[in-house]
Amino acid sequence: MASTISSPSPRWLGQITPWLVPVAILAAWQAAAQLGWLSTRILPAPSAVLAAAWTLAASGELLTHLKASFARAAIGFAIGGGIGFFFGLINGGYRLAENLFDTTLQMVRNVPHLALIPLVILWFGIGEEGKLFLVALGVFFPIYLNTFHGIRAVDASLVEMGRSYGLSGWSLFHHVILPGALPGILVGVRYALGFMWLTLIVAETISATSGIGYMAMNAREFLQTDIVVVAILLYAVLGKLADVAARLLERRLLRWNPAYAPA
Amino acid sequence: MGVIDSNEIRALTGAPAPGDARKSGVRIRFDGLSKAYAARQVLNDVNLDIDAGEFVAIVGRSGCGKSTLLRLLAGLEQPGAGGIALDGEPLQQTRDELRLMFQDARLLPWRTVVDNVALGLPGSRADVRRAALAALADVGLADRADEWPSRLSGGQRQRVALARALVHRPRLLLLDEPLGALDALTRIEMHQLIERLWLAQGFTALLVTHDVAEAVALADRVLLIEDGSIALDLRVPLARPRERGSAAFAALEDDVLRRVLQHPPLEDQAAAPSTVSFGQWRWAA
Repeated sequence: MASTISSPSPRWLGQITPWLVPVAILAAWQAAAQLGWLSTRILPAPSAVLAAAWTLAASGELLTHLKASFARAAIGFAIGGGIGFFFGLINGGYRLAENLFDTTLQMVRNVPHLALIPLVILWFGIGEEGKLFLVALGVFFPIYLNTFHGIRAVDASLVEMGRSYGLSGWSLFHHVILPGALPGILVGVRYALGFMWLTLIVAETISATSGIGYMAMNAREFLQTDIVVVAILLYAVLGKLADVAARLLERRLLRWNPAYAPA
Repeated sequence: MGVIDSNEIRALTGAPAPGDARKSGVRIRFDGLSKAYAARQVLNDVNLDIDAGEFVAIVGRSGCGKSTLLRLLAGLEQPGAGGIALDGEPLQQTRDELRLMFQDARLLPWRTVVDNVALGLPGSRADVRRAALAALADVGLADRADEWPSRLSGGQRQRVALARALVHRPRLLLLDEPLGALDALTRIEMHQLIERLWLAQGFTALLVTHDVAEAVALADRVLLIEDGSIALDLRVPLARPRERGSAAFAALEDDVLRRVLQHPPLEDQAAAPSTVSFGQWRWAA
């Protein structure tokens, strides 16, 4: 401790220090693969993964699969998130709706949605509908629960103030209730994005003719471990991108809140 | 020191002509007003007339029903019996004419200061913003218009709340202990600000407060509520601007305070009958 205080290290050193360990692991991995200690069937060298990614990108195959996966994720999210948001709003806003729907929804919530896969295949076959259904179900509950609690957590004194200033109906919702519930709703969005990718991975590995999951399954058939690793990394990148997007959304929409202000 | 009519003061301070001031304020009449929560009678047959443009302060111990009176007037609660008339009309039809300032500022944290002031104001975007900025300038906060409320101090937030109430040009302003949480210096500044805007705009003002000095400093008339009814109705015959150090001020303040203290605190009376039923205790054990 004392030495770091007495001799401050240069700025660039502090910036590269966190990357030393990952780079070392990558280097060791590369060396192990090239020296033959690590079978390429178990794990291909990082350079081979990169090369596979490059080949897939150059042939346009990668983009096709990315598009297919992204479209499924977006449509499923829009459907499930939209329905979840709707039920969150009415159940949070109206006691009657809560009494009518909440118990049912809570019961359904306790069923792991991936357990429905056999049934989903029977209902929808192996087409797109089943995958969208699973993704929609996966994102429904995080959005529903957090919207519901967000609405309930809106400061009642602000609602009273709004009413006494002549707001009612849509204007009260638009100016007071929705912005007040937004921190909660955005937490739900972030959870939902995580569930969205998780569900998509599983759904695409069941049976598909496009998408990143299909790409990985197909590569497995031909023992192309490098492509399998590319697919896994792609999921990681997509998940990270979704998280970054959610963070940006929070910073933009909640910029009034000191807790979300940029540091 | 003679009694000076509030209209003469307005003329002296260059405010709108007395006739205008009378017109802009609203006349209030409470007619046998009663309100009870469960078994507890909070207001009991209150009969009261308040003139247009009058500044009335209501004092009393905690829980005496003074805030309830204001909430009934604001339409936030419904009376159990009796009624309220503004300018002779039943309350329901005249809600737009009154604005309420709460104990806390209740600014929307997700709207900038100027947008908070503009809340619920009809008209085009530009007009609304212009009106809101003018109201902010009245309370001395025009330069903070585009900041978030979280950046303001407690006193500044209450000034924004005052601007938000007055931008609607209300004919009746209700103040529910709006200065209770502020420090002494900020309170005195707020008193001057409220008095200046009241003189300029001529609305009727009803202030609920714990602070007898505040009541004497601001009001034409001080009411004391005890056990749900009006126990004292005192005119304050001091010229404005009032000097807090003057002997007349101190004597009046002392009179009211003594009168308030004659009555035992409500907590002592309420302690005897327990409202908690046996069943609730079982859950707690």
